[in-house]
Amino acid sequence: MYEPILSKPKSFFETYKEKTGDQTITHYCPGCGHGIVHKYVASALDELNLTDRAIFVSPVGCSVFGYYYFNTGNLQAAHGRAPAVATGSKRVNPDSIVISYQGDGDLAAIGTAEIIHAANRGELITVIFINNAIYGMTGGQMAPTTLVGQKTTTTPRGRDPHNEGYPVKMCELISQLNAPIYVERVALNNAANRAKAKRAIKKALKLQSERKGFTFVEVLSQCPTGWKVDAPDALKWIEEKMIPYYPVKVFKDTSNEAEPYPEAKEIISGEKVFEILGIKRDEKKEETIKYEIPEKYKNPRIKIAGFGGQGVLLLGVALAQVGMMEGYNVTWIPSYGPEMRGGTANCSVNISDSLIGSPVVEKPTILVAMNKPSMEKFEKDMVSGGILFYNTAMIDTEPQRDDIIKVPVPATKIASDLGNIRVGNMVMLGAIIEKTKLLPLETVKSGFEYFISRKNLIPLNEKAVEAGMNYIKENNL
Amino acid sequence: MSKELLKGNYAVIKGALLAGCVAYFGYPITPASEIAEAAAYYFPLAGRTFVQAESEIASINMVYGAAGAGVRCMTASSGPGISLKQEGISYIAGSELPCVIVDVMRGGPGLGNIAPEQGDYHQVVKGGGHGNYKCAVYAPNSAQEMCDLTYKAFETAEKYRNPVFVLADGFIGQMMEQVEFGKLDPVTPKKLDWGVHGTADSKNLINSIYLDPDELEAHNRKLQEKYKKMEENEAMFETYKTEDADIVLIGYGITSRILRTVVDEARKAGIKAGLFRPITLWPLAKDELNKLKNSAKKFFVVEMSNGQLVEDIRLVVEGKIPVEFHGRMGGNVPTVDEVLEITKKLS
Repeated sequence: MYEPILSKPKSFFETYKEKTGDQTITHYCPGCGHGIVHKYVASALDELNLTDRAIFVSPVGCSVFGYYYFNTGNLQAAHGRAPAVATGSKRVNPDSIVISYQGDGDLAAIGTAEIIHAANRGELITVIFINNAIYGMTGGQMAPTTLVGQKTTTTPRGRDPHNEGYPVKMCELISQLNAPIYVERVALNNAANRAKAKRAIKKALKLQSERKGFTFVEVLSQCPTGWKVDAPDALKWIEEKMIPYYPVKVFKDTSNEAEPYPEAKEIISGEKVFEILGIKRDEKKEETIKYEIPEKYKNPRIKIAGFGGQGVLLLGVALAQVGMMEGYNVTWIPSYGPEMRGGTANCSVNISDSLIGSPVVEKPTILVAMNKPSMEKFEKDMVSGGILFYNTAMIDTEPQRDDIIKVPVPATKIASDLGNIRVGNMVMLGAIIEKTKLLPLETVKSGFEYFISRKNLIPLNEKAVEAGMNYIKENNL
Repeated sequence: MSKELLKGNYAVIKGALLAGCVAYFGYPITPASEIAEAAAYYFPLAGRTFVQAESEIASINMVYGAAGAGVRCMTASSGPGISLKQEGISYIAGSELPCVIVDVMRGGPGLGNIAPEQGDYHQVVKGGGHGNYKCAVYAPNSAQEMCDLTYKAFETAEKYRNPVFVLADGFIGQMMEQVEFGKLDPVTPKKLDWGVHGTADSKNLINSIYLDPDELEAHNRKLQEKYKKMEENEAMFETYKTEDADIVLIGYGITSRILRTVVDEARKAGIKAGLFRPITLWPLAKDELNKLKNSAKKFFVVEMSNGQLVEDIRLVVEGKIPVEFHGRMGGNVPTVDEVLEITKKLS
């Protein structure tokens, strides 16, 4: 009887069934470093008993077929996007062990943003970065890590810093960030360094399994084909050319101090979701109209306009909210919606007993003009017989039309007397409901909680509405 | 009260949570930002994931990673962001992953502006990314449908393992309307068997690479079969007064709301007008269009674009009926009067 002391890690497939051709060997070139690093990853997963929890993200590059080999969950990512794919996977699989395995073009060129930000968020993933200073898969073009003077098919006269810049040092960059807990650069050039590489990969995965934080291992790896040298010379090249520029060392290790991340929260589902969304679900049938709007003002198409800060949008929301509470179909749209950042503003409101077609109020039946430019702009659009509420505290001219009902209200003045000019909009709301009986005061009052976000201001707003109503009554308007 | 006065953009997130969406990955952009803001607020409360990504590209690839677990997940953006996401969408389609992508359209091309437009039709309905793929596209025209069609989009995405779009415009996103939530049942999130969950029984492969031309062709044929089934089963539309219509107005999103009013106004003026509103832009309800082609005398397509849906309408009717077009661009919304005037001239 004998026991094998050297065998293929269990985290590898026995045979590579996804692969075409010989399914017992890898697709990597002779002398390539990928196979070695794959084995370190697989061995570490074995030794840490993490195989079943592992998700391997294959990049674009020579290791695009990483999933041929790893008997784990496998995701193949778009070029440079592996850290983002890993983020998405880890966030919804919080107990998994996610490995983003990337080459230098993938990680340090096209995917620079993804790696920096995955690191900066402190994603609970492990990134294995293969730096071989060249684009291997596409046939030996310059990589972001290609050394100065190094000849490649796209730097035929050697990398010129004035044209291509300098080789990017990723460990140095990543280790500057707060979130990563372990950043090390290792090399495959000799047995001692390979042993360190194996340890670094295992440590990174172990830290991930302990939920300690983001871990990053850069491996200086040989590409005899891309470098156009034989395998022994490739190892020498790492030692003589790469290591002097890319020092092999631990750049950051705060793993001892790092507190494990809290466990992922439990997903809440079922009826509790309604509670979270603030939806009061009732089984009642379709709500019918509760309050009859007087015939004269039925299905109003309302335009409200004024300066930014006069609360014209909120006045519109108030009318829509209360209209909805009375069982009507309503729409509210801001004039230029998202562009609304100060300046003049207007909004369109419809309150209708039937389905509302165009929500855009082109010809208002009710116009509320809180300032002079608004009246000048929209008075002419009103339908004949429409009703105009205008803020005489801010408008010193008279409306031009004779075929409309005119209701002058010094809204801003009344608000100011109440101690806050910002409630001029609610004064106007009071004037509107008193004059037109469009909506009942009681419902306006119960609507406040929906459209006034600062609850302590509700009494003031209520006073303003009543003041607007009183103004209409007292002046027989 | 199960009714709520809500912006379309907020309604999307409420619909998504009820649909069992567990992860939102996005990047802010006007006029879609309220979707991300609502997700940032509500998702963590329900133990679900919200990540503001560093880019649109990262966000769609996070969606790829999460969708690869066989869970419901989503992203949202506006035109410029959707352009950036197209690479990822192609991968998601190629790998047959379900997800929901919301596009709240703004004015283009380039930086354009932030006013509502419908110029993304081509990039969304026709694919936009590389390769032979299709996405189902729902076009809501109210805040209610922003909720309901987002909910529906998750079902369709999962049913076909395919990315599904909700294509809205800035108007539909920014408009507040009553939204009724009483009818939607909350879906309990689950991880589907084909996904990669980081467990012994989910050692699956999510992949879109097929080196062998025959294998890739077979994969493509399988995708086309799936799209055919979607065409047969998923088309949705709405008609209004088309039974006796001589002229059928055609539009989607906010435009369809304006056209509905135009139809009423035209009828008052003695013109027999009707409205065909595609609710799914792909697949398009070809059968209904072909029926209308025989009963009406003229089609009149109105879009807030240079004329994109109209191309597909013309393809369906194959020259058998005149198809007129009116488009506004730059963020201008066609007025009822302007469309009514043209309708009168065309009648």
